[in-house]
Amino acid sequence: MFQVRIHGRGGQGVVTAAEMLSVAAFLEGKYAQAFPSFGSERMGAPVMAFCRISDKEIRLREPIMEPNAVIVQDSTVIDSADAFRGVVEKGFILVNSTNDIICNLKNVTLKCIGATEIALEHIGRPIPNAVLLGSFAGLTGILKLESVIEAIKTKFSGAIAEKNIHAARVAYDKTLGEA
Amino acid sequence: MLYQLEGSHAIARTVALCRPGVVCAYPISPQTHILEGLEELIRGKKLENCEYLNVESEMGALSVAIGGEAAGVRSYTATSSQGLLYMIEAVYNASGLELPIVMTLGNRALGAPINIWNDHSDAMSARDAGWIMFFAETNQEAADLHILAFKVAEKVHCPVIVNVDGFILTHAYDRVDIPSQDKVDDFLPPYAPKASLDVNHPVAIGTMVPPEYFMEVRHLAHRKQEDSLAVIECTAHAFEKKFGRNSGGLLRRYGSPNADTVIVAMGSVAGTIKDAVDELNQEGGQFEELSIICYRPFPAEALRNSLKNAKRIIVVEKSLAVGIGGILSREVELTMKGCDVDVITVVAGLGGRNITKSMLKECFNKKSHEKITFLGLRNDIIGKQYVPINGDCC
Repeated sequence: MFQVRIHGRGGQGVVTAAEMLSVAAFLEGKYAQAFPSFGSERMGAPVMAFCRISDKEIRLREPIMEPNAVIVQDSTVIDSADAFRGVVEKGFILVNSTNDIICNLKNVTLKCIGATEIALEHIGRPIPNAVLLGSFAGLTGILKLESVIEAIKTKFSGAIAEKNIHAARVAYDKTLGEA
Repeated sequence: MLYQLEGSHAIARTVALCRPGVVCAYPISPQTHILEGLEELIRGKKLENCEYLNVESEMGALSVAIGGEAAGVRSYTATSSQGLLYMIEAVYNASGLELPIVMTLGNRALGAPINIWNDHSDAMSARDAGWIMFFAETNQEAADLHILAFKVAEKVHCPVIVNVDGFILTHAYDRVDIPSQDKVDDFLPPYAPKASLDVNHPVAIGTMVPPEYFMEVRHLAHRKQEDSLAVIECTAHAFEKKFGRNSGGLLRRYGSPNADTVIVAMGSVAGTIKDAVDELNQEGGQFEELSIICYRPFPAEALRNSLKNAKRIIVVEKSLAVGIGGILSREVELTMKGCDVDVITVVAGLGGRNITKSMLKECFNKKSHEKITFLGLRNDIIGKQYVPINGDCC
C-alpha cells in the first residue's frame, strides 16, 4: 500500500488533489481511497487530505500517520501542521516552493517545485494542485502522467482542464529533467 | 459499472436508480452531498418523474416524505445528527403509519457541545422508533443498502434508515459499482402502496387509536419487525444472486471461525477491525470480527448462534448512553444471557475521535478489561476536570 498525505490551505484544492490522485490510481486498475481531514475546510485554514493506493481492497479507515509521500501545497503550513511527520524511509516529500526547504528526515527524497508560479503562468490562477500531481507522478513513478491527466479531466472541463493538464505536464517534465 | 466516487455521490446515484417520486431536501453536514447529488441528477434529467422539494427544516423534510408516501409515491430523504432530532416526531409517525420511506442517516455526533464529526449517537436516538435500521461498512454497501432498503421497506410496510458513517464514508472516494437501471428495475419493481390517499377513493390514515386497540397496534408492529428478519435475509440472498456481491443481510463474520474472542461492531470501523484481526491472527491469536448490518430489528437469534462458542465478546461501539454505559453491548449481553461469556464494552470514536488499528490491537490483546473502556481517552484531561461530587444530600 502506498499512502499519500496532502497539506495546504482551504481554497487550494487540497481535497480535490487527493480525489484526483485516487481517480488516477483507479484508472490504472488499482484500489484507492481518498478522504479529507474533516471539518476544517474553510478558505485559508490549514487543510489535510489523504489518499491510499493499493493492489488489494482497502479496508483501513484511520488517518494516514506514516505516509510514503507528503505533498505540501503551501509551505507556510509545514511547521504548524508538522507536515513531514511520520514520513517513512525511502519516502517522498514534494513541496510547492521556489526556496529550499529544510527537512531533517534521513533517507527521504525531498523535492521543491514552484507550483504556484507554474499555475499562474499556464492556468492564470494560483491553484497548484494539478501542477503538483504532475510533479508527483514524475517524482514517485507511482502513477503514470496519462492517468493523472485523465483524472484532471474528471474534475475540470474545457479550457480550464486543458490549462491544468498543460501545467501538470510542464511540472512532470521539469521534475524528471531535474531528477 | 465501476467508478471512483465520493460515497455521497455513489448513494445519490443508487437512490436515483430506485426511481423515487419525491425527494425532500434540507441540508445538514455530513449528508448534504447526497441531496445535492440527487438535485443534480434530477436537474440533468438522469432521474425523471421525481419532485425535488426544498423544505424549511428536517421536520418539513420527513413530513413531506410522509405525505408523498401516503399519496402512494416512493419517497426519500436524508439527514444527520440534530436534523434527526428535529424531525423525531415525524420519525415515529412514519413507522406508526407503516409508510416505507427510505432515509439515509449520515451518522454524526449529537450536541451539545456541538460537533459535526462521526459517531452513532444520532442513530441510537432513533433505535426504538420502529424503523428498520441498516449500517453500512463500505461505500459499496452504503449504495447497495438503499436498493435493499426500498425492497424490504415496501415488502413489510416499514420505513428504513440506512446508516452511513459521516465523513468517513460520505466524504471518502472509493471504488463503487453502480448497477445498471435495468437490473435495479428488475429487482425493485414500481411501488405498489398498501393504501394511498386518493380523493376518489377516500381512506383515513393515522386516525386516533384508543386504549382498547393501542397495545395491539404496538404488538403488531413488534411482530412485524421480528418477521422482517427473514425478509431481510432473503432479500440479501436475492440481491447477491442478482448483483453478484454480498451486501446487507443481518450480520457478517470475518476471521478465525470459532475464535475465543469475537469483536462486534457496526459500520465502517469494521474495516479497520478486520485489518487488526488479520494481524492478530497472523501473530498467533484467535480473533473474529462480526458486523451487525441489520441493527433493527435486532438479529438476536442469528447473533446468539454466531457467538455461541465465544469466550469473550468485545463490542466496539460509537455511542454512549450516559448514566448506563454501552448501548449495543447491553443488547449483545442480553442476547447472550445464560451463556458463559464475558461481554466487554469499548466505547470508541465519539465525536470523530480517531480509531486506529494499533489502538484496537492493543485493546483486543489485553488479558483483562474494565467493564467499560473508552478507547483513546485522554486521562490528563479527565484528571484535571473530574471533580467527584460528595454524597451529601445538601
